[in-house]
Amino acid sequence: MPMSRGVLCALAGFVLAVFSCPGPVVAGESGVASPSPVDAAPHIDAALAAPRIDAALAPYIVGAKRSGYVYALPETRAMQDDEIMNPGFAWVERGRGLWTEVEGANGKSCASCHGPVESMAGKAVSYPKWKASMNRPVTVERQINFCRVAAMKAEPWEHESPQLLAMTTLIKQQSRGLPMSMADDGPMREWIDRGKALYFARRGQLDMSCKHCHDDHPGEKLRAETLSQAHVNGFPTYRLGWQGLGSLHRRLETCYEQMRAETYPLGSDEYVALEIFLTDRGRGLPIETPSVRR
Amino acid sequence: MFGKGAALLAVLLVLCSGAARSAEAPLPYQIVGKGVPVPLSGTPGNAENGRALVASRAGGNCLACHAAPIPEESDHGRVGPDLRGVGSRFGAAELRLRVVDPKVLHPDTMMPAFFRAEGLNEVAAPFRGQTILSAQEVEDVVAYLMTLK
Ligand code: HEC
Ligand code: HEC
Repeated sequence: MPMSRGVLCALAGFVLAVFSCPGPVVAGESGVASPSPVDAAPHIDAALAAPRIDAALAPYIVGAKRSGYVYALPETRAMQDDEIMNPGFAWVERGRGLWTEVEGANGKSCASCHGPVESMAGKAVSYPKWKASMNRPVTVERQINFCRVAAMKAEPWEHESPQLLAMTTLIKQQSRGLPMSMADDGPMREWIDRGKALYFARRGQLDMSCKHCHDDHPGEKLRAETLSQAHVNGFPTYRLGWQGLGSLHRRLETCYEQMRAETYPLGSDEYVALEIFLTDRGRGLPIETPSVRR
Repeated sequence: MFGKGAALLAVLLVLCSGAARSAEAPLPYQIVGKGVPVPLSGTPGNAENGRALVASRAGGNCLACHAAPIPEESDHGRVGPDLRGVGSRFGAAELRLRVVDPKVLHPDTMMPAFFRAEGLNEVAAPFRGQTILSAQEVEDVVAYLMTLK
């Protein structure tokens, strides 16, 4: 990806500005200041900061938005980039097998209606999408199940089932590299606002909101994890910690569990609303499915 | 749901038994200036136990966000300030308020209140109605922080 010197310098300046500040500056903090200065310890290892100005990361940075890819270790990024090493591609292959599998009372497969899977190129960038006939937004997962039930007369797949993960991964992979560009008008506005309210709501015994980790402290270490900006462009994602592929809703569940908060069922309106808000918030970042994360 | 009388009785029972566990409703405490000057329990804090609580994931898990001179634990967090020297920067009363409820000082902070069970939202069932640390555990953590000169 070609990148001008000016852009590189601006980027380096931004990195320095972000990471040279002495203490954690909590956004919107007014109240009483600490009576004594906070340690000037750098908040990020120089080793981590350095690759951020690597031109190879440019496609994963859109204005101030940085994909989780930017915060991942170089070896994790290398794994994502290599289709042989990226374990997520096993799900893509599984999805290909399912694409042509005839199921249900109508005797059809996905291919019966859609032809080759390449016909899905560019489709995922506009999801979640408003579906007037259902009077609700649908995620890629829900659209797949809609096709299964309505067009194939087959059973819907359960959220987080190997089949639904494989098919979602296959379909999103057809849009790899294309910017997320969900519609944000009409009834979608309401869902964006609903997700936003959830994003900023303090939850659980630890009494945190999403923004406390992902807006206030991206790039900083929470134990062994480097916090990212919580973008959704890489899902379903292969997490080394899970030793498997998981949906965005599973990740959201994990984040709520970390706060010792109640969780919602996968596929619930709460997670759909968060997905819609986060998709709007990450607008323009390229789809990376299947991404690899720690 | 407990009425006011039942809550008071619970507080009295905790006081009498002298063994406040995190399962109990938190004791009332008083904020003076930027601190809580009166210890939460009658037993002085045990710094050694406090150190273990700071490190333990099931205890305070302070290392998730802070670095501290606890070399046997790897991966200290960097989200909050380094705790080294914190015992010279603050007095015990100030440190106690930081641990009990840092939102009194910084309403927008990410740091959890370790001795608050009220006013929280959608707490997962196993933790509902409980503070993260007990009164004695808060004292132990404060005693440890005071050794970080
Ligand atoms: C206690 C800290 C914490 C809170 C609060 C938190 N998360 Fe996370 N989140 C993490 C960690 C740690 C990771 C893994 C590293 C990373 O990508 O940030 C993560 C990852 C994510 C990711 C995956 C990013 C990627 O590129 O793979 C998303 C999306 C996300 N969080 C959304 C949320 C949302 C939405 C909320 C609120 C409902 C939330 N998080 C609350 C700690 C937190
Ligand atoms: C989820 C993150 C998080 C956890 C867990 C956490 N803290 Fe903090 N802490 C912070 C942040 C961020 C600050 C910076 C000031 C603020 O936001 O209130 C802070 C500030 C402090 C300060 C003031 C330090 C200074 O130099 O100004 C002390 C003392 C402190 N924490 C102690 C603790 C102890 C003890 C524990 C565990 C019992 C703990 N913290 C757990 C995030 C955390």
